Amino acid sequence: MKIFLIAEVFILVFALAVAVLRSLPGPVFFPVRALAVVYVDLFRGIPTILVIYILGFGVPALGLPGVPVDPLFWGIVSLVLVYSAYVSEVYRAGIDSVHPSQAAAARSLGLTHGQALRFVVIPQAVRRVIPPLLNDFIGLQKDTALVALLGVVEAFRQSQIDVAGNFNYTPYIATAIIFIALTIPMARFTDWLIARDKRRQQAGRLA
Amino acid sequence: MVPGFSQAPGHALEIEDLHKSFGKLKVLRGIDLALAEHEVVCLIGASGSGKSTLLRCVNLLEPIDAGRIVVGGQEITGRGVDVNFVRRAIGIVFQSFNLFPHMSVVDNVTLGPRKALGLARPDAEDRADELLARFGLADKRQEYPDRLSGGQQQRVAIVRALAMQPALLLLDEVTSALDPELVAEVLEAIRELAAEGMTMLIATHEMSFARDVAHRVCFLDGGLILEEGQPEQIFGAPREPRTQQFLQRIVQAGRL
Repeated sequence: MKIFLIAEVFILVFALAVAVLRSLPGPVFFPVRALAVVYVDLFRGIPTILVIYILGFGVPALGLPGVPVDPLFWGIVSLVLVYSAYVSEVYRAGIDSVHPSQAAAARSLGLTHGQALRFVVIPQAVRRVIPPLLNDFIGLQKDTALVALLGVVEAFRQSQIDVAGNFNYTPYIATAIIFIALTIPMARFTDWLIARDKRRQQAGRLA
Repeated sequence: MVPGFSQAPGHALEIEDLHKSFGKLKVLRGIDLALAEHEVVCLIGASGSGKSTLLRCVNLLEPIDAGRIVVGGQEITGRGVDVNFVRRAIGIVFQSFNLFPHMSVVDNVTLGPRKALGLARPDAEDRADELLARFGLADKRQEYPDRLSGGQQQRVAIVRALAMQPALLLLDEVTSALDPELVAEVLEAIRELAAEGMTMLIATHEMSFARDVAHRVCFLDGGLILEEGQPEQIFGAPREPRTQQFLQRIVQAGRL
């Protein structure tokens, strides 16, 4: 749960940054856009388990001074890198779905490109992509189990230890229930968020 | 200042030989137009004649291909012009309102003054409330745009533009997306602005409104101002055959 929460915060912020960079207009920002595309292609293409192995075992093995060797740290970094690539695409779809006339209206008031994005485009984009965002976070929640490969003890690893101890497979079931107990409330919370937003914007429509 | 360019005092807007293409499609092919301060000019013409594009160019929402636009004596189409600064002085109201659906009415109106002009929230809200009250929207300040009628939404959009205290207001077919019974309240708001001396460039299909409110009417055809003159002349005795044809079609459609 701790892994998930820390990773989620970083993913939300980092993925949005990648999506915004990828949406910057003009030839000046071509290198930035290109970099964002390469990053997304790379980390969506490599299996999560490989990224975790490479960063979790590979980087600490280099023995570079000042570089952390904590497997928990590298596990979280791997998840952030992989999931940010997915989530940035979700954000980008959201940004693209906001009609250009919204940005034009904001710009016509004298707002800068950045201000138009921040106050007008992104708030609308994020509201629209909450369901697919949740999809990715449920995926993330489940993939935290992969960090166990680095020796970090999370719920899945703990259940393996228990199973190995007494050949009783109930801990696996218990762990599955724990995961579901976390994801279902999250799904209902998202439904509630969306419904509240709809109510606020559309109820009592006049014309 | 560019040498040789006329610096007529009191001109709110000067457009000189403006060209604009979208790919191979030439939308504007040399527009010349000047608006005196407090003048109201209506642009009429068929769909696709370039009215909306002209307005969007004046607000720098579309980059122009050639020509020059001067607002309040300042050329805004030159290099190194701060477009955000220019746009603060030029308000635009769109056909489809383009209100921000995730913000309340008062937040829609105060966004520009707060973020672009740097006004503190209480000052911006005072300004917004005054304008909302003037346009009969005081009780809607906390509503979201989707809960308003089209006419109310468009009046909010006008208020949003006015909150920036622009020197020039551009209106792009602001009643075209409205149900017929809601058109009057929006036109009434624009008439009031004209009476107060707001300089306005108005693209419209409402011919009787143009006849009432405009000091001058320009007929656009094929990306050019084919004919311009007093409303009585344009609607009463148009000279150009194309203008006559256009107005005849309007009359046949029962719109004049």
